[in-house]
Amino acid sequence: MKNSKTSIPKASKMEKRMTEFLEMIAGLWQFQWQFFKQIFVPPYEIEQIRKHMDELGIKTLPIVSVTGFIIGLVITMQMHPVMVRFGAEAFLPGSVGISIVRELGPVITALIFAGRVSSGIGAELGSMRVTEQIDAMEVSGVNPFKYLVVTRIFACTFILPILTVYVIFIAFVGSFLAVVLVQNMSYIYFLDSVVASVEFGDAIPGILKTFVFGFIVGIVGSYKGYTATNGTEGVGKAATTAVVVSSLMILIFDMVLVKVTLWLWPTI
Amino acid sequence: MNIVVDIKNLSKAFGSHIVLDNVSLKVEEGENMVVFGQSGTGKSVLLKCMVRLLEPDSGEIYIEGINVLNLSPKELNNVRKHLGFLFQGAALYDSMSVRENLEFPLIRHFNFTPKEREDKIKSVLEKVSLEEAIDKMPSELSGGMKKRIGLARSIITEPKLMLYDEPTTGLDPITSKEISSLILELQKSLKMTSVVVTHDLLCAEIIADRAIVLNNGIVQHEGTITELTTSSDPFLRNFFSHEIVEDQNRRN
Repeated sequence: MKNSKTSIPKASKMEKRMTEFLEMIAGLWQFQWQFFKQIFVPPYEIEQIRKHMDELGIKTLPIVSVTGFIIGLVITMQMHPVMVRFGAEAFLPGSVGISIVRELGPVITALIFAGRVSSGIGAELGSMRVTEQIDAMEVSGVNPFKYLVVTRIFACTFILPILTVYVIFIAFVGSFLAVVLVQNMSYIYFLDSVVASVEFGDAIPGILKTFVFGFIVGIVGSYKGYTATNGTEGVGKAATTAVVVSSLMILIFDMVLVKVTLWLWPTI
Repeated sequence: MNIVVDIKNLSKAFGSHIVLDNVSLKVEEGENMVVFGQSGTGKSVLLKCMVRLLEPDSGEIYIEGINVLNLSPKELNNVRKHLGFLFQGAALYDSMSVRENLEFPLIRHFNFTPKEREDKIKSVLEKVSLEEAIDKMPSELSGGMKKRIGLARSIITEPKLMLYDEPTTGLDPITSKEISSLILELQKSLKMTSVVVTHDLLCAEIIADRAIVLNNGIVQHEGTITELTTSSDPFLRNFFSHEIVEDQNRRN
């Protein structure tokens, strides 16, 4: 009897969550459709895009620098004993390089970027929504979607690949430091080994997918903020869910994009 | 007299809750129309429908003879350029200074030189007596100052029609009276037509040429403030007695 009483609210809660999830997917789909419709309509707000790229890049630079350095250092230190076990220490820089360029660099940077930027966009636009600033902009004859959303999505899409290249470089610095610590290798040998192992074809899919990740961060953060309701509580919820949804979507899309890349270019 | 706002049989519902039910309303050029009503009777919804922040379910809204409900987004923005809207919380852009807030509509819609823009900004700030706030951020301003800057931003494009959503809510009686007097002063000097949604009887007494009372989604009463406050109608007596008590409490 007790079980049947508790199972009804659980079911309805589940149903409510499922409805909310499906509504969010539909909303995101419409939102991105609106984005693609608006990008061809003037004014193009180049100055705003540049401003957001500056802000997002500077805001994220310290944390991605630290993360990139530590990732490079730790991965190298972790892989060193394994490589020693197989007598393959000479391949350490190359194997670390490939994992950083193909997967770790792009995905870790995207996840850090999502945590830092998606929540920021969600909170900023959410706060503008609940304090009627977006309405004020619309009433003044300015298209707020174009001015606030399109510019942010563009900025995220184009700044993330730049940050990823930077993080890969910093991760190599960390990796080199680890190699010097554990193996006493010269930087010339390290560089030779990396260059010999990592090909241009390794970098291209990794960098290209960061455009998709950047777009995801921008669109999810903007969607959550732009559609925020229920005052300050709604703003907090927008910021939190923006991070969760964009991080999850980055991982799902990474899985899909890796499969697509291997299918399109099996030799890579 | 020209009719600036002509609303015909406007209806708006949220789900099964009917907020506006066949509301019709005319506002003449240069007139200050006050909209009264209890909370949730659709006063702000009426204002938001007028600028299409909300889409009505049926009816027609003519602003200077143009039915705004039939306009494309581009045409609608052209109409909106000539409207002013003061939001309840002033809705100043947080990330911009006072100067940038005031500059925003000028940069977007007009081809003024930087010098002309600066002159216009200084001129409207002088009108609202806040010249010293030009480089402040909205977070550094008090509630009354925010309202004044919001008002300055709304009038900087010299609109022919101003819409006010609770312009004195949340302000102390002295600031409230100052804002009401400022609204009247600006309306006279700029020859604007205004629609003011308010609960504040003191504000209405200062501003209103004519007032309507919304109840249950319809325009239940219409007249001057004196006619409405001295009416023997039970609803109006009840409504204004509450307003007067609230007003006296605020004054005390």
